Amino acid sequence: MERDLTARLSATARASLRWETGLLLLVVAILIFGASTSSQFLTSGNFFNTGVTSGEIAIMALPMTLIIISGEIDLSVASILGMSSALLGYLWARHWPMLAIFVMVALLGLVAGLVNGLLVTRVGLPSLAVTIGTLALYRGVALILLGPNTISNFPASYTNIGVLPLPGTQIPYNVAIFVVLAVIFGIVLHFTATGRSIYAMGASPEAALFAGIRVKRVKTMLYMTSGLVCALAGVLWTFRLATAVQNNGLGLELDVVAIVLLGGVSIFGGKGTLAGVVLAVIAFAALQNALLLTNFNQEATGIVIGALLLVSVFAPNAAALWRTGLPRWARGRPRRTAPTT
Amino acid sequence: MTSTVTERTGSAAAPGAGSRRLTERVFRIRESGIIVVFLVFVGVTTAIHPEFLNQQNIQFLLVNTVVYALLALGETMVVISRNVDLSIGSVLGLSAYVSAGLFGPHPGIPIPVVFLVGLGIGLACGMANGLMVALGRVPSLVVTLATLYIIRGIDILIVGGNEVTAQTLPNSFASIPRAGLLGVPYLAIAVAVVVGIGAYYLRSFRSGRELYAIGSNPEAARLAGIPTGRRIFTAFTVSGGIAGVAGVLWAAQYQTIDSTAGTGYELTVISAVVVGGVAIFGGSGSAVGAAVGALLLSSITSALNVLGISQLWLEAISGFLLLVAITLDRVISLRLQAALRRRSAGVGT
Amino acid sequence: MRRTVRRALWAPVVLLSASALLAACSSSGGSSPSAGSSSGSTSSGALKKGLKVFVIPKNLGNAYFTLADSVKTGGALAALGTLGETGQETSGTAATPASQIPAIQAAITKGANALIVSATDPSALCPTLKAAMAKGITVVTYDSDAPACRDIFVNQASSQAIGETEVDLLAKEINGTGEIGIVSAAASATNQNTWIGYMKQELKKYPKMKLVSTVYGNDDPTTATQVTQGLLQHYPNLKGIISPTTVGILAAAQVLDTSKYKGKVALTGLGTPVAMKKYVMDGTVQKFELWNPANLGYLAAYAAVNFASKKITGAAGQTLSAGKLGSFTIGADHTILLGPPLVFTKSNINNYNSWGF
Repeated sequence: MERDLTARLSATARASLRWETGLLLLVVAILIFGASTSSQFLTSGNFFNTGVTSGEIAIMALPMTLIIISGEIDLSVASILGMSSALLGYLWARHWPMLAIFVMVALLGLVAGLVNGLLVTRVGLPSLAVTIGTLALYRGVALILLGPNTISNFPASYTNIGVLPLPGTQIPYNVAIFVVLAVIFGIVLHFTATGRSIYAMGASPEAALFAGIRVKRVKTMLYMTSGLVCALAGVLWTFRLATAVQNNGLGLELDVVAIVLLGGVSIFGGKGTLAGVVLAVIAFAALQNALLLTNFNQEATGIVIGALLLVSVFAPNAAALWRTGLPRWARGRPRRTAPTT
Repeated sequence: MTSTVTERTGSAAAPGAGSRRLTERVFRIRESGIIVVFLVFVGVTTAIHPEFLNQQNIQFLLVNTVVYALLALGETMVVISRNVDLSIGSVLGLSAYVSAGLFGPHPGIPIPVVFLVGLGIGLACGMANGLMVALGRVPSLVVTLATLYIIRGIDILIVGGNEVTAQTLPNSFASIPRAGLLGVPYLAIAVAVVVGIGAYYLRSFRSGRELYAIGSNPEAARLAGIPTGRRIFTAFTVSGGIAGVAGVLWAAQYQTIDSTAGTGYELTVISAVVVGGVAIFGGSGSAVGAAVGALLLSSITSALNVLGISQLWLEAISGFLLLVAITLDRVISLRLQAALRRRSAGVGT
Repeated sequence: MRRTVRRALWAPVVLLSASALLAACSSSGGSSPSAGSSSGSTSSGALKKGLKVFVIPKNLGNAYFTLADSVKTGGALAALGTLGETGQETSGTAATPASQIPAIQAAITKGANALIVSATDPSALCPTLKAAMAKGITVVTYDSDAPACRDIFVNQASSQAIGETEVDLLAKEINGTGEIGIVSAAASATNQNTWIGYMKQELKKYPKMKLVSTVYGNDDPTTATQVTQGLLQHYPNLKGIISPTTVGILAAAQVLDTSKYKGKVALTGLGTPVAMKKYVMDGTVQKFELWNPANLGYLAAYAAVNFASKKITGAAGQTLSAGKLGSFTIGADHTILLGPPLVFTKSNINNYNSWGF
């Protein structure tokens, strides 16, 4: 049994690997495009700006990757970010010490993730519906906490993460945290038994259950991790903008999902690599930045992202279609199908 | 023990009639559940604040619901077949601006033409979605997420910094959403009829029922000879066309249209559909339930505003109620499954 | 098999780290404009030409800002063209700080000499704007301020004047008696809250008028419509509504126009004449006000160029000469006022047809 799962993983990894290569080429193409259209693109100052802008979205994409591979989805990520930001502001305005605030915010993220996880695994609700509900619920909590108020008197030592890089380098704090988390998540996903079980439950929940994998526990842990990481993203976001306000992070969830899908992770679960998502993050951030530096019409950026997303699903499918032929109803005359590889 | 056996054999004696009764009860429970919730909600709110049910507010409520109910109908067809259409908000926005924008440069244009333009735009977008999902066999979540971005981007490029202003719209167009009798707009009646037709089609026509089959088990449906590709293509096309018409109605309702029209509608509509008892994994649910879900969500917002509850609580309450609704739905369906299992176990012995 | 997979997966990770190191080690690229910290002295002489000026409204695709910025309406970009500078409009599409900041950063990277910004948030932009000012870039805010991090703020009208005139307009229509409500934008919008504060103060002059509720339309037509309806239904004796936001007043006008409240509830606020024309002509709204957005942008452009050319430092009492708009005296807190709001009525609204496209 274990051997079958391993063999399947290798085949899956092999298939995804081709997608990562494509992504790598895409990143290189974007870098060349950016460098050729603007002399400022490849500078470290610009790298800092790009990193700072996309840091939180990148961080949130990491647990989302694991959740989607396991066969679920979490649309409440941006609302957890907003809720954490609101709690941070709320407690700071009441003169709590920062360390205590961090603990509370982390707890909040864990609880938010736990609620998601329990509703999905114990009550058995579909994660798309649940997280649409918690998206509204958590954003509502942020609204209740802060109301119309804006808290912006955070000490400069914290808000400097938005303008100052790690000392001695041009790397923003967000990016450094992202790299550390990416390595951790990558190791868990690709080199531990838990990671293999995540693939297994995404590929076939029943088989995973029969293989002895504790699907419910792992999924709940994934949601709690997502909650915790999004709470961290909320803290970073608040300090970077030096502002806690109830609409922090509004609408980011679809961007996060788009990046993960762009990274070659299948929405059906069971397929995808963390390296792919990292590359997708770079591609997404670099592309937005490159377009900003040219005189490209900013309003059309959405079209480019959408088109990339379509390519991300059609490219592997195009290859498959080439091999097996069009579905019968589109072919017209019956044709002998080619042997599937 | 003996009594249970007799009970079972008794019911097994007429399995056809028994299962039909159960099926009807299934459908009735699913829809009547949401209708009961709606009525209770309206009742409680009116008891607290009788102004909620006066003629003016009924008109407000129905006018607000019309667009959502239409969108819910289209989305139901798609969701039943185990897909999802996230692009409806963008299609609505594009259709609203382009169709209502015709009145400015062409003041005498007949209103049906404007509707046809909106319908055409919606159908084109729906067909694009349908082709990609059915032909390309790619997951609809990804495709419609991408078209959500792309169509909104096209809309923004076309609109630029302009907007369609109320001054350019003829009165006959602007009065479409509100013209009515005793506070009930004719349009609301028309939409209710359309939803009824849609529900009847889904339940009674073969091609409609096949959508349920596709949603329950796509592979089995394909093997059973159902033309899944064609059905899914049609579902998306219809969903797009409905979004296009909804866009024209949106324009008539709000009368000022810029590039943000319809933003965020997709999640609200999916919420309404789910609240209305349509399973997100496909295979069950009814269009009537979805429309009632849309009505319920509108009523909640209206009630909270009328009751003077601080707007700050609105979002949280909406999210919470959505979770309650889908939990209830799940509990009910679990009970039903248990009942069905008990019944079929009885038949089997 | 596994080892090959492992090695292959490490490749992109190594590439990422390599490029990060490369970027971190490379020289920080040229983005500083011609040197010059904001000194206290002014220079006499001609204005600088060829400055790179970026106009950054709250969001693109917003009709109000299109009026304020574009060449066609005589806004900021038109002024910049007249002065011989290179002007460009850029921003995000979401009217949030997260959407606006990348545009500001890109402008800085592209070598901006001056930024003209309508702030999506009074404090969230500050880290970025302060960094810009440290580089010697002129930062002028217009329409919506970020008080702690700009050189000059060009205000459309004094917040006090807006608050007071709104209340006065409504008071005249309802004879100073009755319950009124406010339909605002986002609950956290600073300029809204400032104006509402002054409105509440002005209301003290009318003891028979009572503000019963403030609802938030979030600049979204659907939400604004629903909160207006709720307001009308919850307060059956409501006599008047003030909506100091263009989206809000349109939604409120449309609700009143098509309901039993038409003519019974007065409405005023801030709106654009072309969008509001229908409701003025059919009597739903008697009067409302605004300033000329194009003039606001035009003035902001002149302020930015003058500051960048060191002709003004923003200190109170200095004079700014703004082309076709004439001369302005700089007030306290580095603020320049455009002037009193314009009141639109049925009789003059047709004069402003050019404020559209």
